[in-house]
Amino acid sequence: MSAAEPVVATKPRRRKVRVGVWPFVAIFLAFVVVAVFAPWIAPHDPNTQNLLGRLKPPGTEARNVLYLLGSDELGRDLLSRIIYGARISLSVALLSVVLSSVVGSVLGMAAGYFRGWFETIVMRVVDIFLSVPAILLAIITVAVLGPGFINVVIVLALTRWPRYARVAYGQTLSVANMPYVRIAKFMGAGPGRILFLHILPNIIGPLTVVATLEFGLMVLFEAGLSFLGLGVQPPTASWGAMLSVGRNYVATAFWIATFPGLCLFLLILSVNLIGDALRDRLDPKSR
Amino acid sequence: MVLFILRRLGQALIAIFGVMTLVFFIQRLTGDPTYLLVPETATQADIEAMRRSLGLDQPIIVQYMSFLRDIAQFDFGRSYVQRIPVTTIIASRLPYTLQLAGGALLVSFGLGVPLGVVMALWRDRPATKLLTGFVFASQSMPTFWSGILFILFFAVWLGWLPPSGAGGIENLILPSFALGLLSMATFARVTRTAMLDELSKDYVRSARARGVATPRLFWRHLARNAAIPVISVAALEISQLLAGAVIVETVFAWPGLGLLTVQSIVSRDFLVVQGIVLIGAFVTIALNFTADILYSVVDPRIRLDGSRP
Repeated sequence: MSAAEPVVATKPRRRKVRVGVWPFVAIFLAFVVVAVFAPWIAPHDPNTQNLLGRLKPPGTEARNVLYLLGSDELGRDLLSRIIYGARISLSVALLSVVLSSVVGSVLGMAAGYFRGWFETIVMRVVDIFLSVPAILLAIITVAVLGPGFINVVIVLALTRWPRYARVAYGQTLSVANMPYVRIAKFMGAGPGRILFLHILPNIIGPLTVVATLEFGLMVLFEAGLSFLGLGVQPPTASWGAMLSVGRNYVATAFWIATFPGLCLFLLILSVNLIGDALRDRLDPKSR
Repeated sequence: MVLFILRRLGQALIAIFGVMTLVFFIQRLTGDPTYLLVPETATQADIEAMRRSLGLDQPIIVQYMSFLRDIAQFDFGRSYVQRIPVTTIIASRLPYTLQLAGGALLVSFGLGVPLGVVMALWRDRPATKLLTGFVFASQSMPTFWSGILFILFFAVWLGWLPPSGAGGIENLILPSFALGLLSMATFARVTRTAMLDELSKDYVRSARARGVATPRLFWRHLARNAAIPVISVAALEISQLLAGAVIVETVFAWPGLGLLTVQSIVSRDFLVVQGIVLIGAFVTIALNFTADILYSVVDPRIRLDGSRP
């Protein structure tokens, strides 16, 4: 087992607090719709500055522009920026989850199937990655690569693939000696066919659960990096960067930080609850 | 027991070695780390001189060995911006981060564990269910948002506490709560689960049948058994607190290692960032090692076969 991550007690058998998950699925889908159709939904251009309409409180009008949620320090419409910010949050999270889950799952499955020196190397590297707080790894990698959309995705994928590798590895070990796998091998199926057609479909459930929970974490990490100025660069609207500006204007313009933060909270909460519900449905061990 | 400690120590040393290797390779992700170490205004001659003085013109295996040797001697290099050793800079900021982490641990452990016990013992009451819902929801709260909300409510609107900066104990309260809130939810959740697990066991029923009073049952039986998972989570949470400090310190302009990290990235002071990440990783590994040892002291079953139950 890991050198550093106690596996037993951190993931105790959960006793669920019964909350209907469907309202949160609706919230999540609403964010997705808003992100996809941002140009049609947003009332204004997110980057158009209006220096006479700076720091306007929600509901005010300046120069024929109605600021439903107020305006920021450059007079940009906060609502439009929040709507466009959803695009960044969701696309960074989606891309980094896809990248890290593919890399992690393939390495983990291969380690569990081929065993031997490959297993030793992959799982040692996984242990090392998991023994460092992910945010520290992300920070030093951004310090090397520099900020920006693509780099944030790369950094997040680089720091998170071990989570999938460990789950895929454990799951593969548990099915690798099942009769159906041995029969497939006996009938001449190659390793690629066995891994992707026989093993993967049987371990996809737990991997999906991890991916969902990681999705929420990736939204949080992207916002955190942007908050620190290490994420997507201005003027692109990102909730984390908006919070960072809002923090400086908290005494005079509370809305700049409050509304993006609320969206961030709702998005992460809904993803986490969906992940918990999926875990209950798909992961037999949690029952 | 000695064998168990030695084996865990060996694992911890391997992890430390692995982290150093990892950082060494991350340094070279863009090819030549010299560019991370020189100011943006450096001329080609400066870069060449820097490369030679750091030994970066040597074969990579030689560079790797000297990197390991320097770190093993706690030599993290000299800050290119401040022109003093990285260890000196880190040592000057460390006390602030320790204060913040201590305050946050006090908040999270001191509130989280009693909350978890309450949530388990009175789980069927509507008020408890509501509380549990709130605690679970607060786990999805980004610290930089809760931190800003704290500033808004308690500093700007109510004016009770200073919004940012370091100083007296009153400066420490808001950041400690902002940082501790997330861990508090974790402690509450783990304590609740551990208590519920214990409550469902046979010895509780038989103790009740023998007429053991509830406080005695709680302190003599439940608390001890439920403590095991809570302890192991505590070590993980301390390392989470240290990592979370990067963001919370930025929110509250608290002059600890987290703020230093961000400032160093902005001023391209790479060796300081690297030093903080390495030290953070070492502390995390040490905490996990300590947790495992504590774990086996509290629960002798673990010691027998060296594995966890």
